[in-house]
Amino acid sequence: METVLSPLVFYIISGVLVAGVLIGLSLMSKPNTARTGNAISAASAIIAIAVTMYNYKVLTAPVIWAAIAVGVVISLIIAAKVKMIQMPQLVALLNGFGGLSSALVAILSIRQAEDSFSKYTAAVALVIGFITFTGSLIAAGKLHKLLPQKPIVFKGHTALVAVTIILTVVAVIINAPVWATALLAACFGVLFSVRVGGADMPITISLLNSLSGVAGGIAGIAVGDVMLVAIGGIVGASGLLLTQIMCKAMNRSLVSILIGSTAKPVIKQEETPAEETEETTEEPAEAPEEAEEEEPLNPEEILKNAEKVIIIPGYGMALAQAQSKVKMLADKLEEKGADVKFAIHPVAGRMPGHMNVLLCEVDVPYDKLYEMEVINPEFKDCDAVIVVGANDVINPAANTAEGTPIYGMPVLDAADAKNVIICNFDENPGYAGVPNPLYTMKNTLLLLGDAKETVSQLIDLI
Amino acid sequence: MSNIVLIIIFLVAAIVGYFIINNVPTLLHTPLMSGMNALSGITVLGALAVTAVELKKSGLNVLAVIFGVVAIILAMINVAGGFGITARMLKMFKKEDDD
Repeated sequence: METVLSPLVFYIISGVLVAGVLIGLSLMSKPNTARTGNAISAASAIIAIAVTMYNYKVLTAPVIWAAIAVGVVISLIIAAKVKMIQMPQLVALLNGFGGLSSALVAILSIRQAEDSFSKYTAAVALVIGFITFTGSLIAAGKLHKLLPQKPIVFKGHTALVAVTIILTVVAVIINAPVWATALLAACFGVLFSVRVGGADMPITISLLNSLSGVAGGIAGIAVGDVMLVAIGGIVGASGLLLTQIMCKAMNRSLVSILIGSTAKPVIKQEETPAEETEETTEEPAEAPEEAEEEEPLNPEEILKNAEKVIIIPGYGMALAQAQSKVKMLADKLEEKGADVKFAIHPVAGRMPGHMNVLLCEVDVPYDKLYEMEVINPEFKDCDAVIVVGANDVINPAANTAEGTPIYGMPVLDAADAKNVIICNFDENPGYAGVPNPLYTMKNTLLLLGDAKETVSQLIDLI
Repeated sequence: MSNIVLIIIFLVAAIVGYFIINNVPTLLHTPLMSGMNALSGITVLGALAVTAVELKKSGLNVLAVIFGVVAIILAMINVAGGFGITARMLKMFKKEDDD
């Protein structure tokens, strides 16, 4: 179709706008410039949309404007209503929308394709788009608790996955009808996502984040839109980078997640694949143990005398909505002169950076949030560690228990601290199913139950 | 633009993006991901292009236009929602002496 702008002018504009996006992203490297960066990226995107509409002569098409308006109104509602605790499922859902949108673009470009290259490229975009779409919907459903958190494994799951992959590849090669290719890709998305358990979610949504960009980029190649190609590539790289970081932080390989080898319950004594402790609902684990914990350790003394305190939040804090209580605890400790820091494990929570956002929302200054590598040497000089709903990420067994799924996973060295106070829901092992020796150490005090209440108890003690 | 060039642009953009995003601290990874949600919505450019082609065709295919419109709606949810939420989140990141 004939466009208004000459190709050269269009490429120059595209180049400038892509540069704008890249500048915006590079400003994301510091919290104080990140807002400006986001604004620059957003402005580049809006200009890109306007230029494209002008270029294709649809600036006055009512259908297009109506579609844009509907999308913007829905997004405004979502943006205003979403709670920070729901960010993982929202990001997952939007990954899915991006994927489906690119898949629909691919369907139309298959229809409009003039050469076989465009046709095949569009088919690939269709496949990746649909995988992203259904995979993300399943992930979002799990994160939103509409689906069980545990890995769901079908009979002959691995074989099914293999067959689906082969059929999908064949469908693309033989130019199968669009609906058949789409259906196969959709099935693959479901099969791969449904087998991922709760604590592996950070990896999965990072990967789907990447795929949503790749789908767009490849659709861009099919349509011949430079800007879409470049930005799709950037999104794909970003998601891949985060996936790598998450995999490293969990000592998992991406392949093992994809083929579902982490989904198996690993420790023999565990009957069911244990979820992150706090998620296992009302389990009567507390009553009997409570008595024997009433030993020498006195939380009041520990907290009153502590000069250096490190707080370790985990997904349990998010589940119990205890972040404002945690902030109050930190304030109280600081009031009496203690130095309080927060130690954030890269995979604490359900998505990269989850804990940081939750704590910043309750006004914890971000310069008090420390990454694992930075804070780990400080634990040995620390008077008290307060763990709120974290388990696997502080499990010292990761350094010693060879053959367990967390072996080799870098953890926060909470065990080095003089005293450890753990506010977890129960004593069950974390998601990985490896019992935590920290729980039974002499200098550990276990406060079981709802983190909101146990943290409140601590606040009252100071 | 030739297909090869497009593929090269895809790869170069990915590599450049990778190194730039590598500098984003873990602190900001959640806003980064929602920002990427927004950018993945840039597929709206493709949606606009293919829908425009459908609209200009003689003999309007309603189903095709519907597909295009849905693609635009979904992508715009990502663009507007993604940037909006990222902005909202970044506002929360304060330093101790900022108050």
